[in-house]
Amino acid sequence: MMTAFDAGLGVLLVLAAVRVVATSDVRAAASGFLAYGMILALAWVRLESVDVALTEIAVGSGLTTIVILRAIAHVPSPPSSSTAGAKAAVGLLCACVTLGLSAVILGLPEPASSIAADVAMNMPATGLGNPITGVLMVFRALDTVLETIVVLLALIGVWALVPQERLAGRPATPGTGRSPEPVVFLARALVPIGLVVGAYQVWAGADVPGGKFQGAAVLAAMGLLLMMAGIVKAPAATDVKLRALLLVGPILFLAVGIAGWPLAGSFLGYPPGFEKPVIIVVEIASTISIGLALVMLVLGPPGRASS
Amino acid sequence: MTGSIILALAGAGLVGLGLYGVIMRENALHRILAFNVLGGGIFIVFGFAARRGAGAGFAADPVPQALVITGIVVAFSATALATAIVVRLAAARDEEHADARSAKDEG
Repeated sequence: MMTAFDAGLGVLLVLAAVRVVATSDVRAAASGFLAYGMILALAWVRLESVDVALTEIAVGSGLTTIVILRAIAHVPSPPSSSTAGAKAAVGLLCACVTLGLSAVILGLPEPASSIAADVAMNMPATGLGNPITGVLMVFRALDTVLETIVVLLALIGVWALVPQERLAGRPATPGTGRSPEPVVFLARALVPIGLVVGAYQVWAGADVPGGKFQGAAVLAAMGLLLMMAGIVKAPAATDVKLRALLLVGPILFLAVGIAGWPLAGSFLGYPPGFEKPVIIVVEIASTISIGLALVMLVLGPPGRASS
Repeated sequence: MTGSIILALAGAGLVGLGLYGVIMRENALHRILAFNVLGGGIFIVFGFAARRGAGAGFAADPVPQALVITGIVVAFSATALATAIVVRLAAARDEEHADARSAKDEG
């Protein structure tokens, strides 16, 4: 029964991807991508990866689609110039890639390699209940530090695209002019609930699926909704408070990492006995920084003409 | 487990479809979307590896899962940066055209 469900899911997934790639209308491709992301998240649930499903639905599908939709009006579509021959050749190449990858998937060695046992053995030392959070914050903490810095670097890259004198301007919020009544109502009704959901995801992420990335994405969405409703103004890129909050996560994470040398004998080692409180403080600081960075990435370069 | 294999094969299909879009679509934003389809396929294949690595009381190996979460956030950051660059390029092209037109009017 579940195999039939998975088969249906797989077919839907491929059809959604065909929709995104095959249409020549970018707006249709973007809305198709949103649907594709939702189906992809279901596939993640079926692969027993609920943490990944939450991230995919919030960041991979939701935020990506907003960024593309906002940009469409500013980018002209060049006329199609590819010949039928080119289409067939590229189609053949891509089919070969898919077939090769399928052969690899079907021919993977048995028994499967896994480091789940190592994680299980070392989890009690972290004081955490969610193995994914354990990997992100303890075993592969270096990846997570670098990731928070990558998000920041992307934001610096976006801000670097505008001339110096426009940097002080506020980025355009989605939508123009007066916010429609339903958006204002939605912001008033949904934001309190969303804040609780986001905060819960961060807090509960230590023990059940969830965590700072998923929580930060929900909080970022609430912030964007408040801006769309005109209740909150988008902060300017030169705002000192904004910059301080963007930096607090990575700096605190790095500080804990460096303190690990004298206290725990290694970079990113946590002081023995205080693992969980330190991890939670770093998680909360990272949530603030990542959430704000996501908001600013969606808003785009400062001083842009509103879309 | 057969269900997971089907999803992994669908992931392989996404990789091919995404690659086709990256090469063949003319609109840069459309290419960015196709690139994300390609990435989603690769993540799913990796997720299948995690599912195969189930053990020690976990339904799926947590290490690949954590890496995919990191990957999704990094992919979004790259998408936002790429989109901003594409928009800036289009604006620069407009400015160039406007400059050329005004130069012609004066000459």
